[in-house]
Amino acid sequence: MGRVEGKVAFITGAARGQGRSHALRLAQEGADIIAIDIAESLPGMDRYYEGATEEDLAETVRQVEALDRRIVARKADVRDYAGMKAALDEGVAELGHVDIVSANAGVFAFGDKTQDVTDEEWQLVTDINQTGVWHTAKAVIPHLIEQDTGGSIIITSSTAGLKGTPNVAAYTASKHAVVGIMRTLALELAPHRVRVNTVHPTGVATDMILNEATFRLFMPDVEHPTKEEAAPIFETTNALPVPWVEPIDISNAVLFLASDEARYITGNELKVDAGYTIK
Amino acid sequence: MGRLDGKVAFITGVARGQGRSHALRLAQEGADIIGIDICEAVPTNDIPPATEEDMAETVRQVEALDRRIIATKADVRDYAAVKAAVDAGVAELGRLDIVAANAGIAGTPNKAEELPDLDWETMVDINLTGVWRSCKAAIPHLRAAGGGAIIITSSTAGLNAYPNLAHYVSAKHGVVGLMRTLALELAPDMIRVNSVHPTTVDTDMIQNDTIYELFAPDLEPEQRTREAIAERFMTLNALPIPWVEAVDISNAVLFLASDEARYITGVALPVDAGQTTK
Repeated sequence: MGRVEGKVAFITGAARGQGRSHALRLAQEGADIIAIDIAESLPGMDRYYEGATEEDLAETVRQVEALDRRIVARKADVRDYAGMKAALDEGVAELGHVDIVSANAGVFAFGDKTQDVTDEEWQLVTDINQTGVWHTAKAVIPHLIEQDTGGSIIITSSTAGLKGTPNVAAYTASKHAVVGIMRTLALELAPHRVRVNTVHPTGVATDMILNEATFRLFMPDVEHPTKEEAAPIFETTNALPVPWVEPIDISNAVLFLASDEARYITGNELKVDAGYTIK
Repeated sequence: MGRLDGKVAFITGVARGQGRSHALRLAQEGADIIGIDICEAVPTNDIPPATEEDMAETVRQVEALDRRIIATKADVRDYAAVKAAVDAGVAELGRLDIVAANAGIAGTPNKAEELPDLDWETMVDINLTGVWRSCKAAIPHLRAAGGGAIIITSSTAGLNAYPNLAHYVSAKHGVVGLMRTLALELAPDMIRVNSVHPTTVDTDMIQNDTIYELFAPDLEPEQRTREAIAERFMTLNALPIPWVEAVDISNAVLFLASDEARYITGVALPVDAGQTTK
């Protein structure tokens, strides 16, 4: 018997990285999946890392189906409320209900001093990381309330949602903001037995940080820093002697918060950060 | 395949309540148990104490799960006794991976300025210093195992204040500082240290006349029923429940103890139905 058997999970940013990992981990434990991803590169973001593709999203579908679970996957942008709501509603129509929400979609832009961040970049990061989470909640809450069977919303924040990070202003602001959304929703939705929590990863080994641009944030003087050169420097940010964690580590935290084992846990910021924030 | 197969857990306050629940939940997932409990009354603590029969019942229930348990009558105020119990348990079971520093008392509510010295000292000696002693006895064994997880039971009173509980609130805040310090000190050894922060848990520690009076001083003693008190407790939480069950704390301890939380350290995890968010 899986730990989320019979439940349906709505996951944003599900094409790759943590989102795909969440889909697979929850599916392993018995959940069906409603997945969305923008599945395209964003203007201005390509100087950091490439966007997810439709092939990535198709691969998530293939892997979930290989676990013998159902998945409804749609190309949708969390900035577009109507588009994402339509995708969610189709998924609920097909799979019958929605119980778990993983608001995972996000972008990481960095490197400029706060006064040098462009309006476009600030807006893009805020629209996706902050407003996108609100859109996700707004689309799903009516389903959760109408179903009247409780539910669990897990918002992906970051260690940058708890501490300042120099030269990462827009991202850090957006990740703090979702803690405010989480706390507010936890109170608003408690009477409906819907729980709301955040997870706060340290660096996770995905395309979002395993790229030359991110390595250069830590090694500004090296022209083409490598993963091997970056690892010991990443490690100095954590208390545990690890440079980063794996997507599965965040998925296991999401699974715990999603499951009935956490039935009375709400309003929490759960750090999966190898001790980053206490250091 | 259990989530803790092959691991050994040391649990303090194991005779009943949350401690027994932790022992059973961890044993269900494959762990063997080293347990201690004072099994006798503590001055300044009103509620009827755990007994040796209670601890024997924990042993019976763990063994019924086909797991091994070494249970010893020992007081967390007595370092030598705690260390002897842990050492003997490790000698028998072969290793130590998990510590649930759970033993604690609620004490007798009183205004801070009126608390007798004995109440303050007993509280701190058990709920704070007892946790330090438990960790101190266990750490060499965790290091020998190549890593591990310590889970300290704090409280919502480790994050928030509650009037008339200065001694309890102080001790429960104190263990958060201990947790954070140990998390840093032990990180190089891959030993993780976290705290759990329950709201009220449905055990003898809250279901008694002393706690009922604290939460319903306006009611006559005969009006202080479980149902009447439930309404009072419910107002503290965001979720519409009066208290959580011991197994809810055990499930959080299990998660933090397991390899699923292999990179979680230095975390204060409320299991509080939203009490500290409210």
